[in-house]
Amino acid sequence: MTDGTVIEVQNLVKRYDGTAVVKGVSFSVARGEIFGVLGPNGAGKTTTILMLLGLSTISGGQARVLGHDPEREPLAVKRRVGYLPDQVGFYDNLSAAENLRYTARLIGIERAEREAKIADSLAQVGLSDVANSRVATFSRGMRQRLGLAEILMKDAQIAILDEPTSGLDPQVTVELLEMIRGFKRRGVTVLLSSHLLERVQSVCDRVALFSEGTIVLMGTVPELGRQVLGGGFRVEVEAQGQDLAKNLAAIPGVQKVESPSPTQLLLLADHDVRPEAAAAVVAAGGRLQRLAVAEPSLEAIYTRYFHDHPQESAIHAA
Amino acid sequence: MQREGSALNGLGVVALKETSDHLTSVRMRVIECLIIILAFVTVYFAAAQVRDTTPEDPFAFLRLFTNAREDVPLSFLFFLSTFLVPVMAIGLAFDAVNSEHSRRTLSRVLSQPIYRDALLFGKFGAGLFTISVSLVALWLLVIGLGLLILGVPPNAQETARAFIFLLVTIAYAGVWLALALLFSIVFRSAATAALVSFGLWLFLVFLWQFVAQILATVIAPPDPGYTSLGLQTPETVEWQTALARLSPKTLYDEIALALLNPAQRALGPIYLAQLQGAVLGAPLPLGQSLVIAWPQIVGLIAGMIILFTIGYTVFQRQEVRA
Repeated sequence: MTDGTVIEVQNLVKRYDGTAVVKGVSFSVARGEIFGVLGPNGAGKTTTILMLLGLSTISGGQARVLGHDPEREPLAVKRRVGYLPDQVGFYDNLSAAENLRYTARLIGIERAEREAKIADSLAQVGLSDVANSRVATFSRGMRQRLGLAEILMKDAQIAILDEPTSGLDPQVTVELLEMIRGFKRRGVTVLLSSHLLERVQSVCDRVALFSEGTIVLMGTVPELGRQVLGGGFRVEVEAQGQDLAKNLAAIPGVQKVESPSPTQLLLLADHDVRPEAAAAVVAAGGRLQRLAVAEPSLEAIYTRYFHDHPQESAIHAA
Repeated sequence: MQREGSALNGLGVVALKETSDHLTSVRMRVIECLIIILAFVTVYFAAAQVRDTTPEDPFAFLRLFTNAREDVPLSFLFFLSTFLVPVMAIGLAFDAVNSEHSRRTLSRVLSQPIYRDALLFGKFGAGLFTISVSLVALWLLVIGLGLLILGVPPNAQETARAFIFLLVTIAYAGVWLALALLFSIVFRSAATAALVSFGLWLFLVFLWQFVAQILATVIAPPDPGYTSLGLQTPETVEWQTALARLSPKTLYDEIALALLNPAQRALGPIYLAQLQGAVLGAPLPLGQSLVIAWPQIVGLIAGMIILFTIGYTVFQRQEVRA
């Protein structure tokens, strides 16, 4: 393991009653990185996370978290790793601060530092006003933020967040993702699982796409885009005119032209062909309305991947 | 595989939190009311009867626990063993673990640097502590009321017997607590756990003695040689007592009988020959009463430990995720 690697997983397997749920996944996460574990529900994301935390036994393979084996040294791992479970729950009869106080004592934070740390972490997630309100009155988003406050209070080196944005409205999601970026700025490594692709795309440095208990794709989003969608650049052209598709296809470097609607054209090219495309439209006497280069979206990568590998999705549907 | 660190890390924190939850809960208010009513009612009834015989009875104080008015045969002991202790213990523990699942707090708490052992031990300890506090309060209430009504202080032997009786009552509560805790681990729904716990309580407390009777006659049919003389067959009786002792209530009642009634010379069937030379009605010293009840005391504590261990094993193997 190199110095920069904080999570190292090799051939990890989890079997329940003989059925493998996680079938030999391998990945590693570098310090300070935001790593996305993506995939449909039931793909083995949460199971993998629980094995990393020592909360579930490992059926095969190896995991190392900050150099510790989560099965043999769970306390060492859990002292340094913060975990926000899917749909995190708190004790409803206690206030936000009381809930954190309980965790702080479980972690073993000294009495002298406890209150300051609780107040500080609540302030960072914007819950200072409701520190003494009972958690029963909290919304879903507030509970998620309280969960993040707990990780902040713990001074965790790694934050493992399971579906942090599921069930939140768009505005709260944006706030939460901003807090996750804040973790990265503090040097905290983040492992993030989600089935909502476009939301996490914006924060993740690297992603691993889970399907059926295996990792089918891994890398940065642009890398995956090239790998799956084939072309380097996707240029969107909106224009009105005659024979535009033919003219655009003639541009050097353009591999393919698609036309989803009469006024929309999609170019796949090996470099940014926007200037040439603009010239071509004008030369053909067309009216150019919009010209843009599209970032490869995870959604598109995902859909295309499962479109190209129908057997796997067929098994999934069954 | 050797685990790193102590399994009891965080035990005190969990126990303290659970105790504070118990003590501030509505359930506790209900238990407090029950205790006060029970103490007043049973002592009042028992005292009315005990007062008549106070001068000649050296153990008048202990009668407070066991005696009842003849027209209302509900003694303090009967209430304690049949209703109060089981209901209190089940009420405190039936949702101990499954509520952590349903509130989705389990995985978050277990992702803190503690082992599952600490959580379970903490919950059991807190439950037992809460019940102990209640039972001590009840015990003091009864003794205090007894002092007021009878006007005689208990002698040293009576105090010692009543105190050991209190400890045994706590162990008895531990059995029911471990049982309810086990069901709270096995059943994910608190309602199911409560139903099964209370169902088993009704069965063990009210029905089991009759079932034991029937089973005994099936296993060891009565010998016509005895029945024609109007006697019970020894084998049948032995089987019946052995089976009945599978219920914690039987064990507890027998211990209480030996402790609170110093004249009690044996528990279960004995032959007349064994009583030869015994001065019937003469009280036994405390040590001898303890010897008589010792197997039952050990049985009660063993039952608590076995039930807790089963729950512990199931909990260790359980998946954190539903």
